[in-house]
Amino acid sequence: MKIVLKHLTKKFPNRNKKIKDEVIAVNDFDFEIEGGKLIGLLGPSGCGKSTALNLICGLEKPTEGQIFFDDIDVTNLPPENRGVGLVFQNYALYPHLTVRENIRFPLENLRGKDKLSKEEMEKRVQEAAALVQITELLDRRPSEMSGGQQQRVAIARALVKMPRVLLLDEPLSNLDARLRLQTREELKRIQVETGITTVFVTHDQEEAMSISDTIVVMKDGVLQQMGKPQEIYDEPVNLFVAKFLGTPQINVFEGKVEGGKVHIDDKAVLDAAGVSDREVYVAIRPEGFIVDKNGALTCKFINREVMGRDTSVVALHDKFLGDNIRAIIPSEEAVDHEDGTVSFSLKPFKVRLFDKATEERIKL
Amino acid sequence: MNESENRKIEIRSAVQKRLGKIGTHLFLSLWGIIVLFPFYWMILTSVKSYGSYNSEYVPKFFTLAPTMDNYITAFTAVPLARYFFNTFVFTVVTTAIMMFVVILSAFAFARLDFKGKDILFSMFLSLMMIPNELVIITNFVTITNLDLRNTFLGLILPSVTSVFYIYLLKENFEQIPEELYKAAKVDGTSDFRYLWKVMLPISKPTIITIIILKVIECWNSYVWPRLITDDSNYFLVSNGIQEIRENGFGRENVPAMMAAVVVISVPLVVLFLIFRRKIMAGVARGGTKG
Amino acid sequence: MKKNLTAWLCLLPALLFLLIFMVYPLVDVLIYSFEEGYNFASGKFWGTGFYNYSYVLHDPYFIQALKNTFIIVIITVPLSTGIALLISLELSSIKVLRDFFQTVYFLPYVTNTLAVGLVFMILFKKTAYSDGLISLLIQFFGGPSVDFISGPYWAKMFVMCFYTIWIVLPFKILILTAALASVNPMYYKAAQVDATPKWRVFYKITLPMISPMVFYLVITGFIGAFKAYSDEVALFGTDLNAAGMNTIVGYVYDMLYGNSGGYPSYASAAALILFTIVFTITTINLMVSKKTVYYS
Repeated sequence: MKIVLKHLTKKFPNRNKKIKDEVIAVNDFDFEIEGGKLIGLLGPSGCGKSTALNLICGLEKPTEGQIFFDDIDVTNLPPENRGVGLVFQNYALYPHLTVRENIRFPLENLRGKDKLSKEEMEKRVQEAAALVQITELLDRRPSEMSGGQQQRVAIARALVKMPRVLLLDEPLSNLDARLRLQTREELKRIQVETGITTVFVTHDQEEAMSISDTIVVMKDGVLQQMGKPQEIYDEPVNLFVAKFLGTPQINVFEGKVEGGKVHIDDKAVLDAAGVSDREVYVAIRPEGFIVDKNGALTCKFINREVMGRDTSVVALHDKFLGDNIRAIIPSEEAVDHEDGTVSFSLKPFKVRLFDKATEERIKL
Repeated sequence: MNESENRKIEIRSAVQKRLGKIGTHLFLSLWGIIVLFPFYWMILTSVKSYGSYNSEYVPKFFTLAPTMDNYITAFTAVPLARYFFNTFVFTVVTTAIMMFVVILSAFAFARLDFKGKDILFSMFLSLMMIPNELVIITNFVTITNLDLRNTFLGLILPSVTSVFYIYLLKENFEQIPEELYKAAKVDGTSDFRYLWKVMLPISKPTIITIIILKVIECWNSYVWPRLITDDSNYFLVSNGIQEIRENGFGRENVPAMMAAVVVISVPLVVLFLIFRRKIMAGVARGGTKG
Repeated sequence: MKKNLTAWLCLLPALLFLLIFMVYPLVDVLIYSFEEGYNFASGKFWGTGFYNYSYVLHDPYFIQALKNTFIIVIITVPLSTGIALLISLELSSIKVLRDFFQTVYFLPYVTNTLAVGLVFMILFKKTAYSDGLISLLIQFFGGPSVDFISGPYWAKMFVMCFYTIWIVLPFKILILTAALASVNPMYYKAAQVDATPKWRVFYKITLPMISPMVFYLVITGFIGAFKAYSDEVALFGTDLNAAGMNTIVGYVYDMLYGNSGGYPSYASAAALILFTIVFTITTINLMVSKKTVYYS
């Protein structure tokens, strides 16, 4: 099932009562989420992504705009009538109930023609448990399980009522690093197996990139960019998106375009044919550097960090914005830094230009 | 799921919400009235004149001619001021002595080391289960034999220790980090100076809680004072009010009685309204009635 | 060594008071209860045995007091806990007037039970001048004229229970609203998304989560109600036997002091019987709770 948001806006009164301005948590969201896909709502904390999730779920009512599930307007429908499953950041498992009772809980709420018999319930519980692979844990209580297991139970509880939309709020943030990696693959598998339209919220770009079919990048309640992970990584629409995606972070320099060339510190580093003269930000992905004695970009050499497969060259430059430049190069490559400097040439397709005034992308 | 069905659900849930809100407020207001009505009634009756009160077969819910006479009667016909003074002295002295006893014991249990500490403390705790009703009999005999009936000493002595408050304060003292004590020791601070300068200020909320609870308890105490005093010079307000009910004002003077009730109720109600949050938090932490 | 001394000095006042006014009386009350024919004035007795217990258990006043106490306990404990739960739930569902209502509801806690009891008395009492407000109210709705203070037993018991509930509710409401506030709202959201009906949210989520507090209130409620006394005095005066409204604690005090007093042995026996009852009920309560209460 697809989800359509039309001019969706949510304003909150300011917490500081002296300030009259409202906080706009979600500002004019207007897009369509394709059915049967896994969508990542990505943004820094406080950007309104959880509010957006709550709006889709129905726990919050929008100030303006509409929400459609397929072609049906559900804007004012209470959450219990929307047929959504929600997984909370802290899982919200009922601590006094066993895993089986937790998963069965939503089924016992069904009334009228949807009412299930005991056997049917047990069958559905077993299916859901099998899907998330916790069949052997059904008689435990939440407190007797690890975070990862609790997470699976929470997903099973959300799935057991066969929702049309599955919503996950920061599903992996309470897990340790190793478990997070494992669980996100698990999440992808479950989504593919069930084919349920799934929206999850995260502040971790790596997480969003690795499993989403589509990423929605947000900042301060405003949608920045929506698209496939690779697309967003390769073609960010503005400096914020470019900086938010990718680790190590993209390297941003102050520069200018003059006579069809990109200059950093008066040195032409790249062709920019067709771009009118102006001040720009030059953003270079870490993998966009080539160590080259004759390269135009000369930086102060700081350090060389070995990371196994790759090597990270840490350097400094006057026009660099931020702490350290990080360039990633293959381990076997030698780095010539005898005079305390290192020079790079650039891979053009790994360099993005942004207008200094608007921070919007300048297409080459 | 279709559009028209959804509209119906939307309307129903909105209506239910609104009705629920109204119902909730009605219900809460009803109980509010039940709670407040006796207070209103006692104030109202206390300003009605004796004649008009007795002439109302169906009592009026307001009065157009309020009078303060009943308050004058309450203070002149019975020694209400005396009861008040007694209660005040009893409350202040009992609370003060108890705080002294409780703080010292809690300090010893929490901070000092001595042989048999754990055993002694569990013995203290087991005393918490003993109801007052069980020991009051012997205490009555003891105080009588010591010839302390109708004295402040007799009133005060049995209620200056509370195992529960010692326990409460000891727990609080123990939450103060060990490092503070070590730092104080390095600086050459004596144990008692540390108690006075560090432990007590840090535990102020608990101390205030205990004081509040004890003051309420003292102000309302009835059973022990009744057993131990039969001279009205030593009556506390509770006994005074009982005395007024049974023998006071010569005849059944309800308005004067109500004036006395108002006077007795006012101090604690005012105290409560000023320290509302502190009192409620304190009671939630460690209080039971009675 | 010096430390030891300081510690014992600090404990000295508490130890002294506890020994004289708690430990010794505890032993003494047991002894009293077995001393037959103890004379308060001379301090002499003529034998030891169970006579005091037997006397108390055969005393019609004690039987009446026992019956009254049990009725008060059975009516007020469940009712007050239930009403407090209901009020706390409603209180937790509102925002604007919540603080105001909480303050109002707490007022009876800080009032002198004896004093406010008088107000209840005049509201319910029938006098030569007036039938009393409540009775008039009943008559207005077509009921009979009832004297709740010196009329039929059930009427007196009604006022008694009503007043007791009025007195004990503030504490229960306070504890329960605090307990409800400590339940993570996330559970309610989860339940809402799962279309859980309201009563089921209460029964399956709220109640189990606050069950330790509910249980605490039930236990303290039982103990408190078994010790009912001053509320009775407030409504019916000090001569509770004459009013037929005495309680076990009242019986103990009557045996000790006043016109019917001077029998500490009977008082001790009655007090120990009360203690046994309370102890037994509390133990049963604790056993039941092990099975039903959820502790995180």
